[in-house]
Amino acid sequence: MHPRLELRNICKRYPGVVANDDVSLSIQPGEIHAVLGENGAGKSTLMKIIYGAAQADSGEIFCDGNPIAAHNPATSRALGIEMVYQHFALFESVSVVENIALSASSAFHLPSLADKIRELSLRYGMPIDPHRQVHDLSVGERQRVEIVRCLLQAPKLLILDEPTSVLTPQAVVKLFETLRQLAAEGCSIVYISHKLDEVQELCDTATVLRNGKVTGTARPKETTSLELARMMVGSKLPEMHVSPPTPSEKPVLEVNNLSVKARDHFGVNLKDVSFNVHGGEIVGLAGVSGNGQAELIALLSGERTHHNNDAIRICGTAAARLRADERRKLGLAFVPEERLGRGAVPSHTLWENAVLTAHRFGTVRKGLVDRRRASAFAAGIIDRFKVKANGAGSTAQSLSGGNLQKFIVGREIALEPKLLLVSQPTWGVDVGASAFIRQTIVDLSRAGAAVLVVSEELDELFEICDRLLVICQGRVSPPLVRKTTDREEVGLLMTGRTMSTDQMASGSGDVALQN
Amino acid sequence: MDLFIAIFTGTVIAATPLIFAALGELVVEKSGVLNLGIEGMMLMGAALAFWAVTAGYPMPVAILAGALAGAAASLLFGVLALTFLTNQYAAGLALAIFGSGVSAFLGRGFGSEPIEALHGINVPVLSDLPLIGPLLFRFDPMVYLALVMFAAISWFLYRTKAGLILRTIGESPQTSHAIGYPVIRIRYMAVLFGGAMAGLAGAYLSVAYTPLWVENMTAGKGWIALALVVFATWRPLRILLGAWLFGGMTILQLQGQALGLEVPSELLSALPYLATIIVLVLISRNRQMLALHFPASLAKPFRPAG
Repeated sequence: MHPRLELRNICKRYPGVVANDDVSLSIQPGEIHAVLGENGAGKSTLMKIIYGAAQADSGEIFCDGNPIAAHNPATSRALGIEMVYQHFALFESVSVVENIALSASSAFHLPSLADKIRELSLRYGMPIDPHRQVHDLSVGERQRVEIVRCLLQAPKLLILDEPTSVLTPQAVVKLFETLRQLAAEGCSIVYISHKLDEVQELCDTATVLRNGKVTGTARPKETTSLELARMMVGSKLPEMHVSPPTPSEKPVLEVNNLSVKARDHFGVNLKDVSFNVHGGEIVGLAGVSGNGQAELIALLSGERTHHNNDAIRICGTAAARLRADERRKLGLAFVPEERLGRGAVPSHTLWENAVLTAHRFGTVRKGLVDRRRASAFAAGIIDRFKVKANGAGSTAQSLSGGNLQKFIVGREIALEPKLLLVSQPTWGVDVGASAFIRQTIVDLSRAGAAVLVVSEELDELFEICDRLLVICQGRVSPPLVRKTTDREEVGLLMTGRTMSTDQMASGSGDVALQN
Repeated sequence: MDLFIAIFTGTVIAATPLIFAALGELVVEKSGVLNLGIEGMMLMGAALAFWAVTAGYPMPVAILAGALAGAAASLLFGVLALTFLTNQYAAGLALAIFGSGVSAFLGRGFGSEPIEALHGINVPVLSDLPLIGPLLFRFDPMVYLALVMFAAISWFLYRTKAGLILRTIGESPQTSHAIGYPVIRIRYMAVLFGGAMAGLAGAYLSVAYTPLWVENMTAGKGWIALALVVFATWRPLRILLGAWLFGGMTILQLQGQALGLEVPSELLSALPYLATIIVLVLISRNRQMLALHFPASLAKPFRPAG
């Protein structure tokens, strides 16, 4: 029998980078095949080549034994190859059924298509209402729409690009059930990920990429995480050093009964949020995005103020009515989630971006920017935090995501904050840079600063945090001590349940996603 | 009663050019393109249609010539904004000024004599009914055409696949392109359609409403149409209602002057704009409404990747 898909010696180069170098792999019908690798390893390029959205410079692709010629997404779909992108290609202003109709090959008849969507989504255990507007849907629900869109074409090969990065642990379980059901029906699945535990749980076979080359193939269920990780990142695995915390006597950040109404229909109401962060410790805030994190961060950073000045205290000073710059004077530093546009001005140089928050550190004197000092300050950050950049004069947008994040984190840490607020510190950052950033944050806290990390990555929070808070629908849980809690407990809190009230039935793992 | 009939019919007639121009602009903006040059396209349409009548062509041909002139003028904008990706605000303003200049140049030989206006229809029985007849069945054909266009555009935008594609291109041309729709070609078609509609609006002014040629005879109606699209939060029915409201204000202002009302007419003519500004402030506070109807990529140039 022919493999469902076979790649032979695929090469693809972009100016300055070899994205894929002599990559070969083969996938049988009904097989779930992982493509593992760090960010920048060439996974996404390879998927685009399989789907026909990019053309290989050399090499061949076979589908069911036949070579694919004149390859583009349309020919792929005709062959039964479908792809679920990491960033969804959905239109917000129209309904689910209209979105699907736009890419469906069938005649334009919305009622019959809506029926098909309902039926198919129920059959695979991920119900969606075809008439809801997409902008009303949570990220998890949008992913369902994307998957159902693919399933409607009765695919023979389904490609999923990092599908779990936005889901709760319980929703991941649900997704895996659907994928296993699909595979059992004969559909081949290509599963792109950098998460080892998921690959080991779901996938039959794996191809590991590093720097565009295949560094190994494996049966993940029979291979240890360490071996897989070695193939992914090479021999030198970054190691974290997390020493026990020595919390300060008095809290640096106090949040007392903070309640606030959402600004609009899309926001979340915060309800009676209270917690403390002490100097010398790292507190993590876990939760699926869209459960109030954005509101809480805006209130803590000072982008939004609150009428009750005592609701937020920084270093003992009531700060809820203070502006962002006044809070920074109290010792707050802030790394926002969006690197470009919030953390840095994309078209400005690194030294100009450094001035934005470091203007009290000698880079601005008598209202005039001291260019030499600002450049030296930025160069210091580049040097100390190993940012790969063409000097302090390169623009923020010219840096890769990981390097820009290192620069922004470095800039804030160079301010010697008493309180560091970090949102999604390693989103879209490769393993090496992530480890570096996390270690930097740990070192800062052990030097006495209070750190609050907001992240959707449980692994990350469990790795560096001393205490964990969970936010769900605008409520923040009591603190959990990392050493005495586990992923399951946190996962349940993320969906708005607790162990005692509900022994988690696997049927509906995404309560928080549906509201 | 005669006064009521006069106000009602006057309102409907005054609203007709606004309906044409604003519905056309709605289609353009729904595709994510902002063409500020309505005034210029209307003047081109008005000039060409007027010329065709004086040259002895039959009325339908003259009106068609107006539409074609508007479309031709919009092509200029399309090439600048869609092919050369110039700033859409600048290209639109250039078209408004250009159209005004060219139409004035063309119109130098037109003279100041009025032409015979487009006739009202005469439906046996219906047109002769008391009250109902003059209120509903004696307008010129263009008034009815405007209503037909309203129905057709509403149906097109919200009931057909082509309309869905147009709307989604206005939200995210990148995604549409990725799915495989020809974004630039569809935007060109929308711009040409908008131009033709503006041309019709202009033709209506010069062959039915006034009916004579005066330089810059649109007198800001193109800008009102533009404001109407925003005022209506990009929804066809609200454009229709808004056009009647604006038309009604124009007529009331005229009637007010006739009745010797003390309010200065300049203030009354400023009312529609004031209303637009207030509506703009109100809708920009309602993000949900914007998310649903506002073309999110409006006025952003799009270059297909790869």
